[in-house]
Amino acid sequence: MIQINNVSKWYGEFQVLTDCTTEVKKGEVVVVCGPSGSGKSTLIKTVNALEPFQKGEILVEGVSVGDPKTNLPKLRSRVGMVFQHFELFPHLSITDNLIIAQMKVLGRGRDEAMDKGLKLLDRVGLKAHAHKFPGQLSGGQQQRVAIARALAMDPIVMLFDEPTSALDPEMVNEVLDVMVELAQEGMTMMCVTHEMGFARKVASRVIFMDRGQIVEDCSKDDFFGHLDARSERARQFLSKILQH
Amino acid sequence: MSQYQWNWSVVLEQVSGTEEFYYQWLAAGLGWTVATALSAWVLALVVGSLIGILRTVPSKPVAALATAYVEVFRNIPLIVQMFLWFFVLPELVPHNLGIWMKQSMPLPEFTTAVIALGFFTSARVAEQVRTGILALPRGQKNAGLAMGFTLGQTYRYVLLPMAYRIVIPPLTSEFMNIFKNSAVALAIGLTELTFQMRQITGEYAPANPIEVMTVVSALYLLVAFSVNRVMALIERKTRVPGYISGGH
Repeated sequence: MIQINNVSKWYGEFQVLTDCTTEVKKGEVVVVCGPSGSGKSTLIKTVNALEPFQKGEILVEGVSVGDPKTNLPKLRSRVGMVFQHFELFPHLSITDNLIIAQMKVLGRGRDEAMDKGLKLLDRVGLKAHAHKFPGQLSGGQQQRVAIARALAMDPIVMLFDEPTSALDPEMVNEVLDVMVELAQEGMTMMCVTHEMGFARKVASRVIFMDRGQIVEDCSKDDFFGHLDARSERARQFLSKILQH
Repeated sequence: MSQYQWNWSVVLEQVSGTEEFYYQWLAAGLGWTVATALSAWVLALVVGSLIGILRTVPSKPVAALATAYVEVFRNIPLIVQMFLWFFVLPELVPHNLGIWMKQSMPLPEFTTAVIALGFFTSARVAEQVRTGILALPRGQKNAGLAMGFTLGQTYRYVLLPMAYRIVIPPLTSEFMNIFKNSAVALAIGLTELTFQMRQITGEYAPANPIEVMTVVSALYLLVAFSVNRVMALIERKTRVPGYISGGH
């Protein structure tokens, strides 16, 4: 589904990604973790070309992301993305947030888009809030709407960029629950997160990044089960975040 | 020196040697002021929005051109721009066009005033629109693009609706300014409100300039206040429920 081959990226002189290679197969849930500044958010944003890269190649269902001839809006419309800060459109009601791209990008009629949007809103448990505006919802609610908004486009894969790290602790689970459900239904997902409980529950593979490099890329069981086989850096990281 | 003889009914008096009354002159002046300001505002809003947007696009040459535009129109005094458009431009364009501009262009003072005032103000509107766009969280643009919107659609549906809301207060000031700045057009002979005031106080009613000036000031005040109220209404109507902003 997603192939990342030898991708490198620089901000001026500073190299933020070094020779990253991995893939996400259909139906896989790949969790990307690592210390802040390790390049994990940058890597996930290269997949739908929100961040350009200078070397290497990324293919999404065979379509080259870096190719100047690629129709990026079309590619992006098939890749759902959920952001750390939700990024709902504040001037639009929840309903309008759910239908605007369906109508303007996919060309669906209002009724069809509305039907789809409200079904998904119901699925994330927020049907009663359809008429409200983003600013009137809690962070956890906004993030669930954001997931519904991405799903409304019928994406072939979902990208999550630290979806719970801007949330109050008590709202983390309501968002993770939606994500777990999605994973169990077979959605292909690439997910930057520090929620190791989520990774343990649904991840197919775990990628650990440090200083722009992919240091570990292994199955969930290897990652959590065979710590002694992991790199020094990965063990340090895990011991710090799993201590409490 | 004799004492000032107050006469508040001077504006109601007939202009000596004519069939007209001073209040009719003032009304005509007010009409030109409003027409000039409103026309120039439409021009400023359209051109200013375009330039402001272009200053924020990823293409560096485009952004640089838009920046140059702003600097040119913002850094030359309005009255100088008025003279350049009115007296200098006809000499620079092809001969026949220059002749047409000087001899047959309809409403030359009005047209020139609208263009000069409109472009001058557009540079200021551009800066405000740019500020509004830059004030938005960077993630909003990414969110728009990630949904599959083109860059144009991202501006249209995501960035501009919030950017304009954010800059309504400075745009209100700018809208009020354009009415006041239109007085500069008297320098090229547009018979707007200040032109009429000077004509009345200078040639016709030299005994009662204070009353005429007071009435004219009150008219400007009324116009500016009306603009302010209309913009406040727009601000209220477009307020986003639950959106956090200072003071609310």
